[in-house]
Amino acid sequence: MDNIAGTKSGLTWAVHLSVAFLVILWLFPTVGLFVSSFRTADQIASSGWWRSMFATEQNLVVRTAPPSEQVQQDGLYVLEGDLFEGLDAGDISQWGTSSRAIDAYQPGETAEIKDGRITVQADGTYRFESEEEFTGSRGQRVFATATTPPQFTTENYQNMLFNPSNREGMSKAFFSTLTVTIPSTIIPILIAAFAAYALAWMDFPGRALLIAAVVALLVVPLQLALIPLLKFHNAIGIGKGYLGVWFAHTGFGLPLAIYLLRNYMVGLPRDIIENAKVDGATDFQIFVKIILPLSFPALASFAIFQFLWTWNDLLVAMVFLVDATGETTVMTKQIVELLGTRGGNWEILATAAFISMAVPIAVFFAMQRYLVRGLLAGSVK
Amino acid sequence: MHPALQGLVTIIIGVGGCVGYFFFSNFVLDRFLLPARAYSAEEAAVRRRSGTIFVFALPALVILALYLLYFTRNDFGLAAVFWLLIVAALIFGLWRLKDFMYGTGAVSAGHNISHANMIRPWLFLLPAIVALGLYLTYPVFETLRLSMMQRVAGGYEWVGFDNYTQMFGEAKFWEAMRNNMFWLIVVPAMSTVFGLIVAQLTDRISWGNIAKMLIFMPMAISFVGASVIWKLVYDFRPADQDQIGILNALWVGVGGEPQLWLTLPFWNNFFLMAVLIWIQTGFAMVILSAALRGIPEETVEAAIVDGAGPFAIFFKIKVPQIMPTIVVVWTTITLVVLKVFDIVYAMTNGQWGTQVLANYMYDKLFRANDWGVGSASAMIIMLLVTPILVWNVRNARKEMK
Repeated sequence: MDNIAGTKSGLTWAVHLSVAFLVILWLFPTVGLFVSSFRTADQIASSGWWRSMFATEQNLVVRTAPPSEQVQQDGLYVLEGDLFEGLDAGDISQWGTSSRAIDAYQPGETAEIKDGRITVQADGTYRFESEEEFTGSRGQRVFATATTPPQFTTENYQNMLFNPSNREGMSKAFFSTLTVTIPSTIIPILIAAFAAYALAWMDFPGRALLIAAVVALLVVPLQLALIPLLKFHNAIGIGKGYLGVWFAHTGFGLPLAIYLLRNYMVGLPRDIIENAKVDGATDFQIFVKIILPLSFPALASFAIFQFLWTWNDLLVAMVFLVDATGETTVMTKQIVELLGTRGGNWEILATAAFISMAVPIAVFFAMQRYLVRGLLAGSVK
Repeated sequence: MHPALQGLVTIIIGVGGCVGYFFFSNFVLDRFLLPARAYSAEEAAVRRRSGTIFVFALPALVILALYLLYFTRNDFGLAAVFWLLIVAALIFGLWRLKDFMYGTGAVSAGHNISHANMIRPWLFLLPAIVALGLYLTYPVFETLRLSMMQRVAGGYEWVGFDNYTQMFGEAKFWEAMRNNMFWLIVVPAMSTVFGLIVAQLTDRISWGNIAKMLIFMPMAISFVGASVIWKLVYDFRPADQDQIGILNALWVGVGGEPQLWLTLPFWNNFFLMAVLIWIQTGFAMVILSAALRGIPEETVEAAIVDGAGPFAIFFKIKVPQIMPTIVVVWTTITLVVLKVFDIVYAMTNGQWGTQVLANYMYDKLFRANDWGVGSASAMIIMLLVTPILVWNVRNARKEMK
């Protein structure tokens, strides 16, 4: 409809610009944390992450090789080498030998100092020479202003995922989360699918009432269930543990599952089901052979919801799973703990957060179609 | 056992159990209880006798045994009367079920089929009803009961509305109520408005779907992850250092003093709300975008012919038509807001005047171990949800008719 007479094309630019602005605004926080997770602690603490994309100017204090490495050439004592040995610091723009004049010389120039003459090149190589022998144990200090190219490291991830001696590592919590998530996603689907079929395609007294009850339970806050269920779990002897959290997620996920699946199944063509019945199929056969395969999109929608919700959940896991030993801690809980104990260590926090976010984001991008469909069907109209 | 293995076993037992239950219950119903064939009066009498044993007597004995087990462990009291009534009801139900299934005299195949079809829905529904009853319905009443009790050494004591009076006397509770009201006003409004703007703007540009996907992405991020993301945004460094939080960097850039945003009285609430708005806008956008696409083109074309500008079309033609959807989005986000816990818990834990009801409740339940007041505050959340609950149920019923 854009080209219908009367539409102002001047607005189009404004639209493009404002959408771009909103997208950037929405992405900026996430990108910030993502970039930070690839920087070292020092880098994060010394400059904003948005600067890490560009080359930055840094003031460095480095030393020449110690006098023990001096060699004699043509009657001169010489120390040669690279100031940035082991560092990837980029090009020197200015340098000096005193902390009071760190920008005294340009690269390639030679400085006359007490101990001799020193020449520093832009790439960090130097030549320090003197008629007398160098003494002492440490090399000459050099102050260099270098333009550092963007630098990123995967060290944080190695440390948080693959370092077995790191007690704050996320690998254990990752598997706990996985262990919570998968049964809590599969079991409610099955229970809900049968119930949804009964509510959609079987006639029995009280059906309308049950559907109304499901809609009502959809909004009951799970906060109400915490204490009664904890008491119940203790009474039947499962206490805090995976079993309890699986049951809880199943119970809490059911209303949405039944609601979504019923809405979808009601929309399936009546003919197919009636034909099957005429041909003598039982309800059980109809359900397994016709309804389940046809309902795949709705099943996938709910599976994604429930997966995201159980993976990202904090409260249910804290109440029903994580005990004092912390053996079964999930990622969300561990991140909250890290926020408390490592509040300023952004390299740890950012990495931990991204480890926990990677799977849901991947699922999100891969299955977005089903997620959108589920949202559209799931919001009570 | 390793938890992963335990998980696998649970999946197998859970899935296998579910499938097995559905399969065998239907199998037993169709094969033994009510096969699709006629029985003469003599055959039917034999079946009724065995039915009395298997459908009524055995289950009734099991129920009675369980009840007696309970009875011998507990003192006789009000609870025992309650359980006795339940046992009586169950046994009566079994008796009726037996009669219902076997009828009297000769039985036709049609009778069997129709009766089997009356029982089958309940077989399909049973696991769901048990789970919903136990995990969502029972807790509502149990919480209501607990909110009128107090834990004393060795048990509970009825205290009536004391927990509520005590809660209403706490400043922290009123702070939570006040903040919750702000959350309830600001978050749904801002999310819906942003969602509507994005939905409308992306509707007509070529890269709109990519833009929508990116704005939708925070939906996949946990509240905890989002809290970490935004804590970095709000990070504070003293004035003489480089700011690493973007908000302070911008603020200093325009000449302000760096601020500890999350401890700033009153305003810190809004910095927490920003996190939820950031997450929920994607949801609002997706729903509203679909609604905008559903608007009949003729109405918009007619407006263009009548000379309406783009803003008039949006506000006077489109928004009124998608009003019902806007209300749905609004109420759905309202529900999320009422339960918001993780963000506050992870970012400020209710300090510096940012308490909200859900976190207050968690504090009471698990830090102060005061189940009475904790349950009372949970009931307040339930009370706030109730209007939406009633409204949803009424709408759903209207739609079904």
